Amino acid sequence: MNNVIAVAGVVIKELYRRKDFYVLFVMTALITLVLGSINFFNDDHIVRYLKDACLLLIWISSLIIGITTAARQIPAERESRTIFPLLAKPIGRAQLISGKFFGCWMASGLALIVFYFFFAIISASRDHSLPFLAYAQAMWLHWICLGIVIALSLLGSVVFTAPSSNSTISFIVVAGIMFCGRHLNGVAVNIGGVRGDIVYVIYYSIPHLEWYDIRNFVVHDWGTVPWTACLGATIYGAMYAGLLLGAAWLIFRKRSLTT
Amino acid sequence: MNTVVEIKDLRVEFPGRDWRERPKLAVDGLNLQVQSGEVFGFLGPNGAGKTTTMNVLLGFVNPTGGSASIFGVDVREPIARQRIGYLPELTYYYKFLNTEELLRFYARIFSIPRAEREKRIDAVLKLVELETARKRLIKTYSKGMQQRVGLAQALINDPDLLILDEPTSGLDPVGRMKVREIIQRLKERGKTIFFSSHELGEIETICDRVAILHEGKLRVVGRVDELVTQYQCNLENVFLKIVGFQPPS
Repeated sequence: MNNVIAVAGVVIKELYRRKDFYVLFVMTALITLVLGSINFFNDDHIVRYLKDACLLLIWISSLIIGITTAARQIPAERESRTIFPLLAKPIGRAQLISGKFFGCWMASGLALIVFYFFFAIISASRDHSLPFLAYAQAMWLHWICLGIVIALSLLGSVVFTAPSSNSTISFIVVAGIMFCGRHLNGVAVNIGGVRGDIVYVIYYSIPHLEWYDIRNFVVHDWGTVPWTACLGATIYGAMYAGLLLGAAWLIFRKRSLTT
Repeated sequence: MNTVVEIKDLRVEFPGRDWRERPKLAVDGLNLQVQSGEVFGFLGPNGAGKTTTMNVLLGFVNPTGGSASIFGVDVREPIARQRIGYLPELTYYYKFLNTEELLRFYARIFSIPRAEREKRIDAVLKLVELETARKRLIKTYSKGMQQRVGLAQALINDPDLLILDEPTSGLDPVGRMKVREIIQRLKERGKTIFFSSHELGEIETICDRVAILHEGKLRVVGRVDELVTQYQCNLENVFLKIVGFQPPS
């Protein structure tokens, strides 16, 4: 565990010493503040649009941070050759993968805390309410979702040599799941036959990231999702992240690394 | 003397890039032993299989056949690397860390207790003469300084075996001298050093024994003075004879 924490610490340091997070946060804040300064059509519920826009920006920013940070981990280590002095020490490849995962996940968690704190301030200043539990739950599920996304990108980082191709593929897969994942069972029913069965297999095998997006609950003040559902989604997320990390380790453990 | 490194019938084959290309044999039936306290030079022309052998010892490459162990532990086990220090030929370290942070990170991987960790960092930084630059980001260092950071990280666990892959490659004469001095000091402290280099003069002055590898096969192994006497020439000419180089007449 000591090795996992040590590797994770370096990943977190990398994130806060790079400019990515600061740029994304400033952009999110600026866009939200500009949107918040305008009152379209004298709509009394304009704050909902503002909250919706702010949460959308937070989701996009967090996915960018999570995917790009995870996607470059192993390829960048190999490209800069830092992997050699590291693996020449008593650290296993499973520990390296786990450390990279926890580092990226913790780093994106820290970024989420900053983003959601900003969201809470904006929301409280306009809405004059602070449903702390709903925000905390939304952030928690968002973080679990990022765990799956980061594990997926880490799997990509041991398969693809270029971080850019891994990031692009990860973004397409994540966006595809988030936009189309929930409709696949409907598509399977409509198609029928063997092709329908194939779509069903895809539907049941992909991690349903859309379950973690509870922005509507926050925007429309619908309260919290039942806590049992939240717990189920957490277990489901942990299981998928574990499977993806296991696959990453299986590929990486036998791979020859030549100096 | 205890055997520190033991290589038995080692064979390493790299697959071809596609099905038409035949696998490339990098190391073929290598048998080698390095004893405790000796400085062992690993020589060979480029592509002879030196770095591949080192990669097997460090667990970067899995052997196709045979076995290798360090301190009696199979090199595929991470614990085999607990007592070794490794300096790669080209040293690049995390650009966003300073030397102190880098050494602290590596010390944690060796599970060095916190109190001891700081003492060890101070000691290795003193040894490689980087005390004053310890808070500077590594990306601001010169090549010679980066090589010394490499040595510092290789020594952070006070290793019993040091594996150095061309430690003076690309350094200016002053840098080479400093690295050589450090190796000499480690030798005096009884450390086992296994290193590859193309600097045969350097090998001749530092090493107790050498092995010469050519086309993946071990051609000769023995004490430097014995080889020089046997071949009636200096180590450079011994090397050239063994690899079959014919000087132009």
